[in-house]
Amino acid sequence: MEAIYQNIFNITWQQIVMWVIGGVLIYLAVRKDMEPTLLLPMGFGTILVNLPLSGAVTQIYDGAKEIGVIDLLFDSGIANELFPLLLFIGIGAMIDFGPLLSNPKLMLFGAAAQFGIFFTLSMASLFGFELKDAASIAIIGAADGPTSIFVANYFESNYLGAIIVAAYSYMALVPIVQPPVIKLLTTKKERLIRMPYEQKSISKTTRILFPIVVTMVTGIVAPRAVPLIGFLMFGNLIRECGVLGSLSDTAQNVLANLITLLLGITVAARMQADSFLTPQTLMILGLGLIAFIFDTAGGVIFAKIMNLFLKQKINPMIGACGISAFPMSARVIHKMGLAEDKQNYLLMHSIGVNVSGQIASVIAGGLILNLIAR
Amino acid sequence: MGLNVELFLQTLPLMGKGMLGIFVVTAVIILSIVALNKATAPKDSDKK
Repeated sequence: MEAIYQNIFNITWQQIVMWVIGGVLIYLAVRKDMEPTLLLPMGFGTILVNLPLSGAVTQIYDGAKEIGVIDLLFDSGIANELFPLLLFIGIGAMIDFGPLLSNPKLMLFGAAAQFGIFFTLSMASLFGFELKDAASIAIIGAADGPTSIFVANYFESNYLGAIIVAAYSYMALVPIVQPPVIKLLTTKKERLIRMPYEQKSISKTTRILFPIVVTMVTGIVAPRAVPLIGFLMFGNLIRECGVLGSLSDTAQNVLANLITLLLGITVAARMQADSFLTPQTLMILGLGLIAFIFDTAGGVIFAKIMNLFLKQKINPMIGACGISAFPMSARVIHKMGLAEDKQNYLLMHSIGVNVSGQIASVIAGGLILNLIAR
Repeated sequence: MGLNVELFLQTLPLMGKGMLGIFVVTAVIILSIVALNKATAPKDSDKK
């Protein structure tokens, strides 16, 4: 009889707090539709790994070590960076780079919007984080879950759980975080700037060569980014080659869904109470917000600077789409444009900048891996 | 966990190198796209 209830006495208040956090993540996923594909498995996983003596994580029972399935999945899929890379194949297959290929200068905004990453690297260092942890935290600003996981894992950061929660939470909060920053940095006159869109036909050859060229250019400058950019562009090549329709569909749907399903619950391995409930977690959430704000500001300010030299002015709001949260950021800017002027359609420009943010965030991640020693 | 001004100062050159690196790579990619678009654009005679 005692065996039935004795584990109740192993429950700690920290575990109860983690159950509540898990419940909040599930609530946000189900009721608020915030990144449900990731937050729901993470929320459930958080509860799973914080049950006393949970068999889902590695435990010592009767002096013998028993490997938990969540730890097994973590070692098999995240510790070796496999899951985020496989997910990138799916993401690459989902992205149409057409708007970017029509107007390649939009890529500059993607580059400018990575400022928040490097600014946050400095701020996290100032607040006492080790350089490798600061680099991992900074990548939250990329608004790119797989890159965040890849970089944090590469640096063996102790804060992987908090970093992933922050990265995906802020991605879901793009409609709340970006508009006030954009409004603060732009005048009404600037927000009213119209940008006519010229549909240009892009040859199939260009679409096929683009992922290969991007991989080669990025890989030569930042060799450690080759897995990230390579798998992203591999997915895109499958999409654009025109002879692998079935594989493209599988990558976009089955592969991406399967990996996302496992990724969420596996990440929970790093959400055990003793490592998650620390003051550093709160600091990471705060620094992640700083990264997002300064990424947005970087893109908007860069557009304003470009406008000083251009005859055909750019609506500076599109600069904010240079983050990797695709297509949410593009939609937010399009809606903001319509709110100012019902005839101002910024969607295609915003999407062009948004997909360039996807590439730029991977380049930023790769550069960080190259610039900072493990 | 206090303020670490020394490490902060060490990261400033990284910020410069990182942003410079992103813009250089981006510029090369933009030039590549422009070249690809030009090389693969249908010729005027094709359009007619």
